[in-house]
Amino acid sequence: MNVSYDLHLFLFGIYPYLCLAVLLLGSLVRFDREPYTWKSDSSQMLRAGQLRLGSNLFHYGILVVVIGHFLGFLAPHWAVDWALSPSQHQLLAMVGGGIAGLIAIIGLSILIHRRLADPRIRRNSRKWDIAIVLMLWLQLLLGLLTVPLSARHMDGAMFELLTDYVKGIVTFKSGVAALLVNVPWVYRLHILLGFTIFLVSPFTRMVHIWSGAGAVAYLFRPYQIVRTRKREVRA
Amino acid sequence: MSHFLDRLRYFSQPREAFAGGHGELRTENRQWEDGYRNRWQHDKIVRSTHGVNCTGSCSWKIYVKGGVVTWETQQTDYPRTRAGMPNHEPRGCSRGASYSWYLYSANRLKYPMVRGHLLRRWREARKTMQPVEAWAAICADPAAKDYKAARGLGGFARVRWDEALEIIAAANVHTVKQHGPDRVVGFSPIPAMSMVSYASGARYLSLIGGTLLSFYDWYCDLPPSSPQTWGEQTDVPESADWYNSGYIIAWGSNVPQTRTPDAHFFVEARYNGTQVVAITPDYSEVAKLSDLWLHPKQGTDAALAMAMGHVILREFFLDRQAEYFQDYCRRYTDLPLLVTLRRDGARWVPDRYLRASDFADALGSPERAEWKTVGFDADGKPVVPHGSIGFRWPGKDSADHGKWNLEQKSPDGREIALALTQIDRRDDVLDVAFPYFGGTPHAHFPHNDQDGDVLLRRVPARKLQTRGGEVMVATAFDLLCAHYGLDRGLGGGCAASYADDVPYTPAWQQAITGVPAEQAIAVARAFASNAEKTRGRSMVIIGAGMNHWFHQDMNYRSIINILMLCGTVGISGGGWAHYVGQEKLRPQTGWTVLAFALDWVRPPRQMNGTSFFYAHSDQWRYEKLDVDELLSPLAPRGKYGRALIDCNVRAERMGWLPSAPQLGRNPLEVARAAERSGMNPKDYVVTALKSGDLRLACEDPDNPANFPRNLFIWRSNLFGSSGKGHEYFLRHFLGTRHGLQGKDLGEDGGHKPEEVAWHTPAPEGKLDLVVTLDFRMSTSCLYSDVVLPTASWYEKNDLNTSDMHPFIHPLSAAVDPVYESKSDWEIFKAIAKRFSELAPGHLGVERDVVLTPILHDTPGEIAQPFEVRDWKKGECDLVPGVTAPNITLVERDYPATYARFTALGPLLDKLGNGGKGIAWNTEEEVHGLAELNYTVADGPAKGRPRIDSDIDAAEVILHLAPETNGHVAVKAWAALSKITGRDHTHLARAREDEKIRFRDIQAQPRKIISSPTWSGIESEHVSYNAGYTNVHELIPWRTLSGRQQFYQDHPWLRDFGEGFALYRPPIDTRTVAPLAGKRGNGHPEIVLNFITPHQKWGIHSTYTDNLIMLTLSRGGPIVWISEVDARRAGIADNDWIELYNVNGALTARAVVSQRVHEGMCLMYHAQEKIVNVPGSEITGMRGGIHNSVTRAVIKPTHMIGGYAQLSYGFNYYGTVGSNRDEFVIVRKMAKVDWMDRAQRAAREAQLHAHRA
Repeated sequence: MNVSYDLHLFLFGIYPYLCLAVLLLGSLVRFDREPYTWKSDSSQMLRAGQLRLGSNLFHYGILVVVIGHFLGFLAPHWAVDWALSPSQHQLLAMVGGGIAGLIAIIGLSILIHRRLADPRIRRNSRKWDIAIVLMLWLQLLLGLLTVPLSARHMDGAMFELLTDYVKGIVTFKSGVAALLVNVPWVYRLHILLGFTIFLVSPFTRMVHIWSGAGAVAYLFRPYQIVRTRKREVRA
Repeated sequence: MSHFLDRLRYFSQPREAFAGGHGELRTENRQWEDGYRNRWQHDKIVRSTHGVNCTGSCSWKIYVKGGVVTWETQQTDYPRTRAGMPNHEPRGCSRGASYSWYLYSANRLKYPMVRGHLLRRWREARKTMQPVEAWAAICADPAAKDYKAARGLGGFARVRWDEALEIIAAANVHTVKQHGPDRVVGFSPIPAMSMVSYASGARYLSLIGGTLLSFYDWYCDLPPSSPQTWGEQTDVPESADWYNSGYIIAWGSNVPQTRTPDAHFFVEARYNGTQVVAITPDYSEVAKLSDLWLHPKQGTDAALAMAMGHVILREFFLDRQAEYFQDYCRRYTDLPLLVTLRRDGARWVPDRYLRASDFADALGSPERAEWKTVGFDADGKPVVPHGSIGFRWPGKDSADHGKWNLEQKSPDGREIALALTQIDRRDDVLDVAFPYFGGTPHAHFPHNDQDGDVLLRRVPARKLQTRGGEVMVATAFDLLCAHYGLDRGLGGGCAASYADDVPYTPAWQQAITGVPAEQAIAVARAFASNAEKTRGRSMVIIGAGMNHWFHQDMNYRSIINILMLCGTVGISGGGWAHYVGQEKLRPQTGWTVLAFALDWVRPPRQMNGTSFFYAHSDQWRYEKLDVDELLSPLAPRGKYGRALIDCNVRAERMGWLPSAPQLGRNPLEVARAAERSGMNPKDYVVTALKSGDLRLACEDPDNPANFPRNLFIWRSNLFGSSGKGHEYFLRHFLGTRHGLQGKDLGEDGGHKPEEVAWHTPAPEGKLDLVVTLDFRMSTSCLYSDVVLPTASWYEKNDLNTSDMHPFIHPLSAAVDPVYESKSDWEIFKAIAKRFSELAPGHLGVERDVVLTPILHDTPGEIAQPFEVRDWKKGECDLVPGVTAPNITLVERDYPATYARFTALGPLLDKLGNGGKGIAWNTEEEVHGLAELNYTVADGPAKGRPRIDSDIDAAEVILHLAPETNGHVAVKAWAALSKITGRDHTHLARAREDEKIRFRDIQAQPRKIISSPTWSGIESEHVSYNAGYTNVHELIPWRTLSGRQQFYQDHPWLRDFGEGFALYRPPIDTRTVAPLAGKRGNGHPEIVLNFITPHQKWGIHSTYTDNLIMLTLSRGGPIVWISEVDARRAGIADNDWIELYNVNGALTARAVVSQRVHEGMCLMYHAQEKIVNVPGSEITGMRGGIHNSVTRAVIKPTHMIGGYAQLSYGFNYYGTVGSNRDEFVIVRKMAKVDWMDRAQRAAREAQLHAHRA
């Protein structure tokens, strides 16, 4: 993937911030302006069929992959190093991420087939419903392609480089884009598409991820919540 | 606003635990809840209803939000019923609740549309010609037939209103001028469901001299038994009166399914202790609600009813004389009246009623004595009781004034007590012959052979000296007992016990109906015993199902006999509760003026729909039923010819039935010719008819000169719902592709009619222009040339009443008509305007010769007292209004059509208003309307009250009708009081000052005011029940005898074997044999009786294309069959099946159910063929509607006229479109073809051919 350095700087130094900004602000604006569109737009009402298998495979797989990415890339070195060497870390990511990614892509393939082949669901799909599943599928494929690539360098150096890049982005370090200059194009495409998915999320049904995260609160809430009209309550 | 920032305080907001930490109080923002509140908030609620002929007539709240109708809920503000009675509300059902879906749906008609083929020709012609000339040119071009052939195939183009109106007006002007005004025809049913809408088209057509077609008879909802028995079209108890009953038989009426909003009274009656019996062939919804379910084989109900009558006569009249029944029958029925007996070889046959005119002294009552019936007084001497029709129309200084009543008096003022029987005073016992049809074999119905088709019964008779010598007479009661086969110790072949297999015992009926004899006995006994104890509170709720059989009058009359014997008619909680269409137009006499333009021109042209469609869709050309098959074994064969249409033509000639078109020439032309000849037009027509220079159009319906040319359909789905013989309509009426499989009499060498000219080839496409007004793209719209988008029921102002409750309430515009739609009133107003603009140069002030039959409730109804005589055969002279139709010359100011349409004309001031034989002065109301609606400033209607808007029109109806104007009600009762000699005004006095106006009923439904138009009253003490004023006010029934009639003595009725009610098996329509086994597709074929009751998921065809209702059912056409038949035919539930016979074919899914009797299939009527209907393997076209396998067959006895209650009235008497006797071949489909590709290819090929 030969691009000019300026473009490279834009794509990996500036574009990620644009994407993250749109993701955060865009989600907030949508939540505020269009609260009734804030939903997962499930098509289960239209036809159950393949949904149960496809959706479960995809969601369990993708949850492992996403959580793995968060932990793997954002955990500080000291939090990992005492337990795993960089190559062990890489191996864990490859095996764990690979299996989960495989499950997710199988599930997503079923869902895509269902969405396109079932006339009723096809007709009830918006353009973005189809676009987002295709993007996710491509992203999963790119992610899986990195596994054999990584297998060629089991020293963990590339893995470290990517971790540093991601950490650099979230900690606003300057010049992190330079880290990726010599990284194979599969990784770079994966990163670019990943940020692009962040970019489009506020405009799609992906917003349900926020609420999915919010559902964690259910684990800790009392059985019954009364929203009282009283101004004051005893703390 | 999401108040997102507030949520960031999630962890810091105050919380208060309760229940040990299992619960928690929070103070977080609750504004989000408003989302749910807003969902049900709205800007306004408007009162409207659904004009859908369901009889529900439920008042609804229509919710509007942001200018859009969002949903509807039931109104609950009906005036309270009196104490001790359940309330009316809530009224409504799932169908009405889904109506708002239509307003903005894909099949809403949004713009005027014209068939593309026609539009191309029109625009081409209009480049060089004026509108009327352009239409004339299109009609004259033989190639223009292509647009007729394209009917039903889509290809509509959107046009502007101007253009659509111009096409219609030009066609009307041309047709009136070229062919005659009676060639412009309109079909719109059930005025009660939206009176102003009906009136709009009817007013336009009546002003230009067009023909209005009746519908009640065509729908086969009209029970001819009612006019025959009571001289009343239909009058029934309101549903609340069920609650007052002690014993209800729901006989062929599926109350919860087809009277959904009223069914609660049925259930409440049960809580009140009423016993409820269901008699239906299938395990229907009403069967589930009842204490006992009897299930006679479909179509054999009359046999069961006859047996019940047998039991009642035995136990309550012969073994013991129940005093209440005796008294009732003596006062209110013809049972004590005398019937002459005619010697026929060794036997005697019942002839006609003895009349006062038979006596030399006319028994002291000489005026119109041939119309006065006679009975024996208690002393055994013949007397003339008050009330027969001879007393109804006294001359100016007649001695008969004030004697048309049911007082037990003779004309000399003497109190009398008529005797039911003469068994103890008999001079002789005669062997009287009665026809018997129950032994006729039928391939699909059991028969009960009784050694021949004549039953001899011993009847006690008396000898009387008459002008014609000695005559033997018997009371109708004695004849009735003999007819029912009751042994009275006189010997003969009567039944000694219920177990004897002798007509009409319970054992006899079991062989035919399958109902156990003991059940028939038990129900009859309980019904009568309750009636005796409660003085008449036993009721039969009866639906149209049984009325749709060819011999419907036998089904009905045999049941009505039970009701009359038990003294239930006219008693609250009792009587005949026949519920079919929404026939009760309560403010009728106010409405007829508006609808038929009686304020400008009289008489209007009205035609009985069944005979019209039978003739003009050429169903008569295929008639396989021979008149001789219908005759009584006691009548001479061949006397009536062999073709049913011949009887109809004779009936039209003799002034019995109306005609349309009327004369074989343009009536405007006839009037001109009369003028040229210098003769009085009436004399001119009589002379020309007698000489044969002029003929009635009915004698040559296939002659292009006699085609109906323009057809308006509004508020109706004629082609998709009520059109019996759908495929015949497609072929001959419309001239498009059809699925007809049979051959006509010319093709198969059948016996052709004598009175009607035969043309070969048969005409196809008689109609030049079909215009349909609708809010949705119905099947009828698809077959029309011009489709006009009309306002829905939430977009117009109108009036609505029903027979099920006593209220009048409105349709109101919740929103303006959406898209480019307009209300029916505005559409016809616009057509009238364009017509008036195009008329000059073609039509000016014209004279028009109008024929009208001899009408019921007019002095003319006593026209033909004894024998039937046909002037054409030289049996009598042609005397208009006596032996032939009335002939009237009227003047029409065509350019003033619009001015007349929008103003109340002057004839009311001159002639007054009235109805049903009563007339009153109504000048005061005309003045009132001038003040209410203001007057027209100038033009041809200058100074007349305005009728501009639909609300103006509603005010005209409300102000002129006694039911909604107390002052008029008192005048109407006073007018009747003069005829009866009894004061009835007390029935309306209490409400004299009340005037119900449109804004009143928008505020709340209003109870109408009692009026002599109806036989029941509105009162604080009694529920509405038919016949109430006959019994309680002693107003005679409007029959020959003035009483309820068990016996029908018209010569035709006797010849067709129906003097007394009896059982007749269904007819053989011969539609299955020619196709059986000939068109195999590899699946077994079975033959089933085709039954088309009313459904759960729609009202007629409306809602069958409504997504919400489709979702609740199976989403397309379905046919129910029994498990046994399904097994025989290898059909599983939900399989696609095809039903076919020579009439055509239809496709549907099978519903296999235990509910259905073996041998029949149920297809709920009027499931639209525009939703989910695959192609037929038989016709190669898209599967049809339910009427694709039917054809109307008419019955001669319904053509009778000029004879008291058997005189014609619009929607009152006449032929009916029966269709229950039909059989179909049923089989599983081998290939389900949706025809979505082939159709498109064919259409494209057609288009290419056109462009080339």
